[in-house]
This record gives sequence, structure tokens and C-alpha cells, in this order.
Amino acid sequence: MILQALAFYLFAFVAVASGVMVIASRNPVHSVLFLILAFFNGAGLFVLMGAEFLAMILVLVYVGAVAVLFLFVVMMLDINYVEMRKGFLQYLPVGGLIGLILLVELTFVAGAWVAAPAAVASIPIAPPEQVHNTRALGNVIYTDYIYLFQAAGLVLLVAMVGAIVLTLRQREGVRRQSIARQIGRKRGDSIELKDVPRGSGV
Amino acid sequence: MASILNDPFWDTYAGQGAIILAQILAVLVPLLLAVAYLTYAERKVIGAMQLRKGPNVVGWFGLLQPIADAAKLLFKETILPAGANRVIFVAAPMVTFVLAMIGWAVIPFGEGLVVSDLNVGILYLFAISSLGVYGVIMSGWASNSKYPFLGALRSAAQMVSYEVSMGFVIITVLICVGSLNLTDIVMAQKTVWFCVPLLPMFVIFFISTLAETNRSPFDLPEGESEIVAGFFLEYSSMTFALFFLGEYASMLLMGAMTSILFLGGWLPPLDIAPFNWIPGPVWLFGKIAACMFVFLWVRATFPRYRYDQLMRLGWKVFLPFSLLWVVLTAGFLFAFDLVPNR
Repeated sequence: MILQALAFYLFAFVAVASGVMVIASRNPVHSVLFLILAFFNGAGLFVLMGAEFLAMILVLVYVGAVAVLFLFVVMMLDINYVEMRKGFLQYLPVGGLIGLILLVELTFVAGAWVAAPAAVASIPIAPPEQVHNTRALGNVIYTDYIYLFQAAGLVLLVAMVGAIVLTLRQREGVRRQSIARQIGRKRGDSIELKDVPRGSGV
Repeated sequence: MASILNDPFWDTYAGQGAIILAQILAVLVPLLLAVAYLTYAERKVIGAMQLRKGPNVVGWFGLLQPIADAAKLLFKETILPAGANRVIFVAAPMVTFVLAMIGWAVIPFGEGLVVSDLNVGILYLFAISSLGVYGVIMSGWASNSKYPFLGALRSAAQMVSYEVSMGFVIITVLICVGSLNLTDIVMAQKTVWFCVPLLPMFVIFFISTLAETNRSPFDLPEGESEIVAGFFLEYSSMTFALFFLGEYASMLLMGAMTSILFLGGWLPPLDIAPFNWIPGPVWLFGKIAACMFVFLWVRATFPRYRYDQLMRLGWKVFLPFSLLWVVLTAGFLFAFDLVPNR
């Protein structure tokens, strides 16, 4: 038990510290790397809670795919750090005020949070010990709430199609490789043998 | 002997820690030896395919060559380029090496012979292999040099693309097994190995592992004829050696993953007399060795893919095909009422 508590404080501390470093570090690439560290510690906390499926999905989706693309984009940015810091003091009052208001609002919400009695009653009982959380999640997502899940998928599909439509452009004069045409080409289409009489051209 | 095993010391934290440490060493020491001799095997096999002798000077048949290479790399100078981002530059090879090592924690070498028998073992392996790209990107960016950066960008796009089809292949295997546990996956192949009913998925998975480990014909991130050596161009000495070790260890890891998902892991091909005399770990080793031989064979045979062809193969060929096969497999299992764990 003491080992678990130690692990919890280690993961929680590193997660919070790297979260702070995400906004504090000067170099944006370092920020993204700290963000990845924060994700990792989040996964560690999930494992401690016994939600190993969520932990693996967090690493797989956020660290393995989303953060890679993030890093990919941030690496390409050409930022002048001195210029970026210039307006810091100028924007501090407004930014600080917005941050303060948000903090106060969040505190109010957290303080006044009461779950509706109907919602408390409808929370399903914890699955029995031998059903591990992968199967429990699968039952909830693919059996109990399959239509909502499919609807969420459709929303994402629409977003994806929208992004492609916005960025797709047809350029003139681009020679594309057509593999089918390459394979479909016959010997007769490209080679012709000619008997050239001596002393005269083709 | 029995009194030592029953000692209450083994139940304390120190005792448990000692047991775990011994297990880790029992996996990692043979692994590093295997990595060393995989480089030797690569040079010998490709040498034989190209009618050369390969290493044959250091030791009998050149058997001490890997050790000589390791000693050479250890004693060379580590060069830190002036414009490099030092912390990330040094951290990148460590990330590559560590990621290639920790995947082995869930590989079962026999029934119960596994360091950590995770319920979500296959997801863990898949997550670890998808993190391999970080070592490459970090090294490419931190070198602050154009060829490594180009190599890193190529590798990022390549590894993300091939993970998608690999994911679908793993899903196909999972719906045939009904569990994410690697031991369960192997035990589900008692009657027939999955490479027989899922042959097309086996081929796609194998080619995707080639792309995932940046091996030829998909070795664009290090394509020496275009971008010199790609992402590890600026590395020397032990930092280079860590990349090298990490890359070969992740090749072995991919071989182990292929063996477990499709070639029945530690199981013999037929459960009859001459086959089941041989212990399980030997079978697994033989299957990994066979996969590695094909890796080397491919390297000696195929020219490197062009970048747009690589992307076409990943997104326009493998992805639709593996998606179709997932639907077909699921439909087949459902129609004939073969879905496991209903």
C-alpha cells in the first residue's frame, strides 16, 4: 500500500510539474515534450487506479499519434523568442484578470456541485471482480450506448470530410503516377522493332 | 534448496525487488547478446546473398566481430555538435534504447514465463512500438542540421501511417481470440496458427513491421543515398551505438510480436512426439530467428521505396484492405457463431 501511495505522489507531482513547464518553458518544442511527459504520468495514474485499458489508450492515441503530429508542426515553426516575449507585460493585466475570473468561476462550480439524485441512482453497480475493465468498457460503449457512439463517430467523420474539402486543391500540370496504367502497358505499346536497310535511315 | 525458496525474505519489498531484478536481467542479457549476433548474422547472410564472405577475421568465422565493434564504439569520442540542443540530443538515443527494451516485459517465452502478464499486453506492445518515433524525431530536431531534420520528418509521417494498418491487423487477431492478453493469444492458436486463416493479414503485418522499424525497403529516414545517414547523422560513439542497439532490439521485438500474433508463439507446429520434446522458449527463438532472416533477405533483395509510393502503399492499399478484412472476419465469426467469449 505504501508503495502505491509513493507511486501516486510521484506520478501526480511529475504530472503537475510538467504541466507547469508546458507553459513556462521558453522553447515550444520543450513545451510539447513536457506535455508528453504529463500524458505519461496521467497514464501512470490510470494504471494505479486499475484502469489499465484507459492508460494504454492514452499512451497509444495521445502520445503515439496526436502528440507526434503536434511535435511535427511545432518543430517547423520559425519563432523569434525575444519578439514573442516583448508584449508580455503589456498583456499581463488583461490575461491575469481573465485567468482570475475563470479560477473563481471554477471554484464556485466545484463548491456547489451536487449530482442529481436520479443520476446517482442510475450509476451502474461496479462490475464484478472477474470482469476486467476492457470488457466492462466494451459492454458500455458497444452494447448499451451503441447509437450514441455511432453518432459521435459520424460527427468526427463530418469534421474530417470538412477538413479535407477545405484543404484539397487541384493543381494544373502535375504528373501523377498511375500504377494501373504502368502495369497495364504492353510490350507492343512502347517497343517497335524495325528492319533498317543498310545505307538508309529509319 | 527448498529452505532457501521458502525464506520469508522473498515476501518483503527487498526480496520482491530482487526477484523482479533477476527476471529483468534474465530477459535483457540474452536480448543484448541476440542483438549483437543479429548484426553479425546480418553481415554474414547479406554477404552470402551477394557472394561475399562477410566478417571472417576476428575469431573463428568472425564470431568475435560484434564484440570488437562494441569495443570500438565504446572507446571513441562522443561528439556534441556546437548548434545542438544538448539535453534532447543526448536523451534521444536513450529514449530509443529504453523503448526497445521495455517492450520485452510482456513477451511470454512459455506458459507463465513472462515478466509481467498484463491483461492488455498487446495494447502495451502496440503503444510502445508507436512511441519509437520519438527517439527519431527528437534526434532529428536536436541535431540542428538539415539532413537529420529531413530524416526525422520522413520517419514521423511513415511510422504514423503504418501504425494505422497495424492496428487493424491486431484487431483482426483480437476478434479471433477474444482477449488482449498475449498468453491467451498464443493459447488460442493451439489447433491452428493464425498465419493460416489470416494469411493476408500476416503479410500486411510483416510489411508494416518493416516500415515501423525503418528497415529497407522502407528505410527512407536514413536513406544514405539522399540524406547521408538521416536522423543519426550527427551521432558518434556510444550515442550512435544506443541507436543501433535500440533499432535492432526493436526489430527483434517486432519479430517476437509477429511470432506471437501469427506463428503460435512458443507452441510447436504439431502437438506430437518429436515436436513437443523441444521446450517452448526454443520454439519462440526459432520463430523470431526465421522472421529476422526474412528481414535480412528483404534488405538484400528490394530497392528502396520512393516516398509517395510508400504513402500510397500505407494509406491506399493496406488501410482499405485491412479494414475490409476486419469486417469480413467479424462477419464470418458472427455468421457461424464462432465469436469467442460470448
